Amino acid sequence: MTIAEPQEASEKAALWLRMYRQMFAIREFEAQVNELYTRALMPGLAHLYIGEEAVAVGVCEALNRSDYVTSTHRGHGHCLAKGASPDRMFAELLGKEAGYCKGKGGSMHIADPATGNLGANAIVCGSAGIATGAAFSAQRLKNGRVAVCFFGEGALGQGVLYEVMNLAQLFKLPVIYVCENNLYTEYTHFSETTAGDILMRATAFGIEAASVDGQDVRAVHGTAQRMVDRARHGGGPSFLLCNTYRYHGHHVGDINREYYRSKKEEQLWKTERDPIVNFSKWLIGEKVCDATALGHVQAELEAEMKKAVEFAIAAPYPTVDEVSEDVYA
Amino acid sequence: MPRTAVRELTFAQAIREALAEEMRRDSTVCIMGEDVAEAGTPFKVLSGLLEEFGKDRVLDTPISEAGFTGLAVGAAMTGMRPVVDIMFGDFITLTMDQMVNQAAKVHYMSGGKWKVPMVMRTTMGATRRSAAQHSQSLHAWYCHVPGLKVILPSTPYDAKGLLKAAIRDENPVVFFEDKMMYKLKGEVPEGDYTVPLGVADIKRVGEDITLVATSSMVQVALGAATMLGEIGISAEVVDPRTMWPLDEKTLVESAKKTSRAIVLDEGYERYGVTAELASVIATGAFYDLDAPVKRMGAMHVPIPFSPPLEDVTVPTERTVFEAARALCGR
Repeated sequence: MTIAEPQEASEKAALWLRMYRQMFAIREFEAQVNELYTRALMPGLAHLYIGEEAVAVGVCEALNRSDYVTSTHRGHGHCLAKGASPDRMFAELLGKEAGYCKGKGGSMHIADPATGNLGANAIVCGSAGIATGAAFSAQRLKNGRVAVCFFGEGALGQGVLYEVMNLAQLFKLPVIYVCENNLYTEYTHFSETTAGDILMRATAFGIEAASVDGQDVRAVHGTAQRMVDRARHGGGPSFLLCNTYRYHGHHVGDINREYYRSKKEEQLWKTERDPIVNFSKWLIGEKVCDATALGHVQAELEAEMKKAVEFAIAAPYPTVDEVSEDVYA
Repeated sequence: MPRTAVRELTFAQAIREALAEEMRRDSTVCIMGEDVAEAGTPFKVLSGLLEEFGKDRVLDTPISEAGFTGLAVGAAMTGMRPVVDIMFGDFITLTMDQMVNQAAKVHYMSGGKWKVPMVMRTTMGATRRSAAQHSQSLHAWYCHVPGLKVILPSTPYDAKGLLKAAIRDENPVVFFEDKMMYKLKGEVPEGDYTVPLGVADIKRVGEDITLVATSSMVQVALGAATMLGEIGISAEVVDPRTMWPLDEKTLVESAKKTSRAIVLDEGYERYGVTAELASVIATGAFYDLDAPVKRMGAMHVPIPFSPPLEDVTVPTERTVFEAARALCGR
């Protein structure tokens, strides 16, 4: 059996295959980022999303292109899932003129109005206000859009999150707060930094909250879709807790991490909880497609990412006279 | 500038009129802040706006300066032109991440893709007997940050024209109102006009010394200039009006003409805006200066409550007069 063409497949099968493709694209993109770092071709650092792909993809597949997202320092997955092109993302990571931000933003600040991406943010919880504000203008301008605020569980420690959640509920704003709990706030287990119950922090404001297996893209998507539909129809904000795991360190340079988590733990997540492997097994089991077809998708994406990296490496840097451009609009 | 009619308004009325006119002109302009709606702010600057524009455009917020400022940043990026009200300038400390790391940098970090056309209105100024956490003039904090524009109006006319220009600007703009000036009266034309950002105004022409003054210090400088006139010293008073963009040329030209300059500002003198303004003059007018540029700002103390203590923390007409006289060798 080969991959069904979208126009022939049922709507659901097409969605599932798109989600598989998107998840694999993120993983392959990030693998290339790690490679760029290891080969000393990338200035600075990057925070890899490998292991968490089902969250970005499950949520973004519930959105329209014109809906808004805000992202985090670990943001490549959100940008790709919202529709960004890998070549221009790699170019941004390398500080090149062809990058999404003309090389001025880098890995942690990719923004793209064409896909509703208000920007990745290197301040933990830095975009909670922005996402809530985008939902505010969507409501005021009656354009039917919703906003998704992605943040890690580390952002639960920031007071501004609760300020804007309170505002969002008071104004009934179409915003979904998506908390990616990957268990580690940089180098510290979240249980050492997070008291009480996470969902109750949202329900205390009267905000609808749910917790899902962040390694199961269908579970993420199903709940996200419900929250997005609700927000779009005036139901107000919601809070989606996705329990997930980051395979790599806090950033690409965080190699020796046994002082905060064991290799055994990492191995367990990779072998038993991998969102892509498990989803591919499910797709094959449900006869949506076969392994050969998925192999073709993988090969295609691997080639695409390699080509995108080559584009970025060959792309020119901005000229130094651009340094003072764009400070003011 | 064409004036259809001349009448007097207070500083507060001029601000309210600017907001009302911009809200009528542009439906994306909205106001948010603590007690801005029914209360019209504790200073009553916004009285009447709720009645005209309704709750959807004049929004009372929780006491969450960071939260509603952050919300305004996102709203500005996506099609609105919010004007946030930070009741006391001392509370801008609570908005720092939203303004400094978010609003100021969004345009640059995105390679010019996203814009943040928002205005933050807030207050400044001591001598209101409000003690250390309701009396500071912290505008220098925002002047330090690339990406922000900072306005310090000193007259009702300037307040109206500058605020309208700020609302139409495509960048985040911070507008500092001296709360002791809300009742100050001055000529304000009816109808639409703007005062461009980055253009200084010579409030009084003089020959012997330049007094560069901001916000409330303009009135202090004008008072000192009158006193100086009585002893035969002709003082020129220059109001930069906007700290950034800064009209360096007008400041330098005035200092070149008079050969002496004092820079006055109600913010803390140490590392304050007077340092930047004095540096601009010292560099630009070096060969024409007959004396070092003098700076006068708030003392390096938290603003005290007790009236005799508070009154000595900021420049007054008398201290400026004495300093100018000394600088002129009289």
